[in-house]
Amino acid sequence: MTATVNFATRLEGILGAHRVVAAEAELREYAIDGMVPGAIVRPASAQEAAEIARFASTEKLAIVATGSRSKLHLGMPPTRYDLALDMTGLHDIAHFDPADLTLSVDAGMPLRQLARVLAEKGQFLPLAVPCYETSTVAGALASGIDSTLRQQYGTARDFLIGAEFVDGKGAPCKSGGRVVKNVTGYDLHKLLVGSLGTLAVITRLNFRTFTLPQSSGGHLACFSDLEGASAYRDAIEKSGLPLANLETLSPEMVAFTAAALHETYAEFAARLDPAKWCVYASFEGNEAVVTRIARDLQKLANEAAADSSEILDASADVHLGGVLREAFDWLRWASPGAALFRIALPQSKPGDLADLLCVAQESSLRSALLVRAAAIIYFVLLAETEDDSALHALENAAVRVFSLAGAGQGHATLLHAPGKLKSRVNVWGPKRADFRMMQRVKRSFDPQNIFATGRFVGGI
Amino acid sequence: MPASLLRELNSLLGSSNVLHKIEDLVLYEYDGSVEKGRPDLVVFPHTTEDVSRIVKLAAKYNVPIVGRGSGTGLSGGALARGGGVMIVFARMNCILELDLENARAVVQPGVVNLDITRAVEHAGLYFAPDPSSQKSCTIGGNVAENAGGPHTLAYGVTVNHVTALELVLPDGEIVRVGSKQGDAPGYDLCGLFVGSEGTLALVTEITVKLTRKAEAVKTLLAIFDAVDDASHTVAEITARGITPAACEMVDGWTLCAIEDYIHAGFPRDSAAILLIEVEGLREAVEAQATAVEDVCRMHHAREVRIARDDRERDLLWKGRKNAFGALGRLAPSNYVLDGVIPRSKLPQALQQISHIGKKYGFSIGNIFHAGDGNLHPIVLYDPRDPRQLENAIAASHEILSYCIELGGALTGEHGVGMEKNELMPLLFSDADFDLMRRVHDAFNPDSSLNPGKIFPLSKGCGEIRVRKQAETLPAHL
Repeated sequence: MTATVNFATRLEGILGAHRVVAAEAELREYAIDGMVPGAIVRPASAQEAAEIARFASTEKLAIVATGSRSKLHLGMPPTRYDLALDMTGLHDIAHFDPADLTLSVDAGMPLRQLARVLAEKGQFLPLAVPCYETSTVAGALASGIDSTLRQQYGTARDFLIGAEFVDGKGAPCKSGGRVVKNVTGYDLHKLLVGSLGTLAVITRLNFRTFTLPQSSGGHLACFSDLEGASAYRDAIEKSGLPLANLETLSPEMVAFTAAALHETYAEFAARLDPAKWCVYASFEGNEAVVTRIARDLQKLANEAAADSSEILDASADVHLGGVLREAFDWLRWASPGAALFRIALPQSKPGDLADLLCVAQESSLRSALLVRAAAIIYFVLLAETEDDSALHALENAAVRVFSLAGAGQGHATLLHAPGKLKSRVNVWGPKRADFRMMQRVKRSFDPQNIFATGRFVGGI
Repeated sequence: MPASLLRELNSLLGSSNVLHKIEDLVLYEYDGSVEKGRPDLVVFPHTTEDVSRIVKLAAKYNVPIVGRGSGTGLSGGALARGGGVMIVFARMNCILELDLENARAVVQPGVVNLDITRAVEHAGLYFAPDPSSQKSCTIGGNVAENAGGPHTLAYGVTVNHVTALELVLPDGEIVRVGSKQGDAPGYDLCGLFVGSEGTLALVTEITVKLTRKAEAVKTLLAIFDAVDDASHTVAEITARGITPAACEMVDGWTLCAIEDYIHAGFPRDSAAILLIEVEGLREAVEAQATAVEDVCRMHHAREVRIARDDRERDLLWKGRKNAFGALGRLAPSNYVLDGVIPRSKLPQALQQISHIGKKYGFSIGNIFHAGDGNLHPIVLYDPRDPRQLENAIAASHEILSYCIELGGALTGEHGVGMEKNELMPLLFSDADFDLMRRVHDAFNPDSSLNPGKIFPLSKGCGEIRVRKQAETLPAHL
């Protein structure tokens, strides 16, 4: 405690007392799986963030950079946690060049606020991530969490064109630039995507922006079994129809989705049948394109003998799309002991999905499946308690899920798990062959190991 | 160069896979740039294990290594600046796996870019990055340089289409990064290695994404009487949020050279043309083509033609992609520059390029990826006149400095190599270099891989050694 008081006081000397918080109640708000920081620091500029990192590097203090903290529980708990570096004080748009479709924005800018500014010029950033209403731009990027627009626009690595950040020595660095095509120097900014703050403190991000579509649409087709839904989905993939999002919901997932929808659109929620496998597609473009895709999907659904199918009205589409964007958030709280896996498998087959459901059945755990775009599966196992036998069942199931994913040339991570499960299972799964390469990258960026210590893959 | 190294390489690979005579080596001292650098030995591995053993041997003799595909690079990336062993991947040219269901191909680095598309087009798929040299450049070189091409405007550059790599590190260790599906947990190592210009590792296997061919495509040729009108058209297309699949500009001077050579149907009397392609669903293509045509006419296009069929379309693209060859008929050599600017600054950038050309006494042609602001001014010169080469390089530096002044970058797709490494301080600070150097040293600590590239020698990056050109081996060895 004396050491904590010491460094907090010294940081106050650097930044001013109002930027450093050591009050117990506030510290608890920054806890990660029960670990509480020694102090919270709130830089107001990139220079101040660099000063804090230099101080931490000299004093060997461990830093976790935070945004809105909506995804702070991703990854493993830190092995050390001296400072929570709250980046929400950096929240300006440094450049927005609508004519070039490029943007340079501070790390702590909330996505929702950014969207409003971009929309005034008819543009947007395709980062449709969960906890959208509160997420900051750098938090969304560093978390690596899926955007429901990735089918059409790719992941953040595809439209991030540059970054400014503070490395582990406290030096302000940059990579890339503000032009849409650039191969000057190493693409270090790409490493920041999904790095969970383990490499650097992001202070500014440069993006390519996109034009808001003239029109959008949604379609829902429901099937009595997994095979029917899978065959329909295969037909969609083969058709080459350009979709913004494509999601297959297991019956249990339909029930959760209906519950999440109930509050905002009860009438539509009541129409969702929790006995069915449902496939939701969203799409955008000009009116003619949207009409054409809706018509083609209807035809494909009929050919696949869907039990029901419908072109969604705008309100149903917006609500359903919005609820599915937030799936990560509501699934993790769906039961006291929820374990939410993100599984990437090349071209998920009905057999792969059946294997996952089998794991749940044999573990006597409730489960739900959401097959997302780009071959990503969200699979949640639900224990009703966090007691030892529930944790044991989740642990055994997790081992089997990691093994199934590996056998299928894919990989799995636990996006959410009870804190107690994390002491039994590494959420990142088994170490991959390229782990030692990642260690080299980590040491280059953060030689003193001060950033998000122990939170990442293999204990990085 | 120790004679025993040659003996060991001959014994490892067989003498038909090793070159050591000066008359053979001189073929490898060039690429498509104005730079030169002769290797002491050239070797042709057939397998990843061959590469690993070569690298270990080179390490034993403390000799630098440089990887090379077909040598079409434009920044000296595949030149042996410090001599040493050049590993040419031409004989590692197999497509190892085609997984059409998952739209993936696994290929060796010596596979020619276009051959990937040829192998999968029957299934309605193709490999999207399409550098002008795609008939001869290799995927390994594309990965090293993070190559682009006309259609990267809509589909992204090489890095957007690579999901996994097999690499050989400077100590001979073979490692794999990424995954077939892509998006594996952990750092985006593919994102780091693609575009690292062979300075971190040698790439021995690449997993690429395949893209589904669009349902419809329209290629428009817009003809302008003023370069300014063409550049304002590009800026306006971008500003309106129209995203063509490609948007290329060719100036009138270059057009004449192309017409003499290719007979693509480009007008000889125009100041500039735009070659614009839109693709997607039929309904989207119709609307986009109309919108593009409107913008062209608003900016005084003299004529807007739409290719009537695949034959006409192919001819237009043949003209565009063979332009550099056409220019070879006008002067003993040409220097193709590569800079990037914010797209809205295109009109002023072209004016400045013309001004700089006049200052140095060159006619500078422009044929480039206008849609993403990627300029390719071309300086025609005679390399036999040292002053002309000197002036060409000075003009290039001035143009690139202006790109930076406009908020742009030094290279959009050709790489830094040994052409622009001394210009890097225009963009990067000492702290930036320090971090890049630490990343470099984490994988290539002795700078045995491709020394003298990317980093400015003048910035005191002492670890990036450039060795003195070694004596050529006696012919009898």
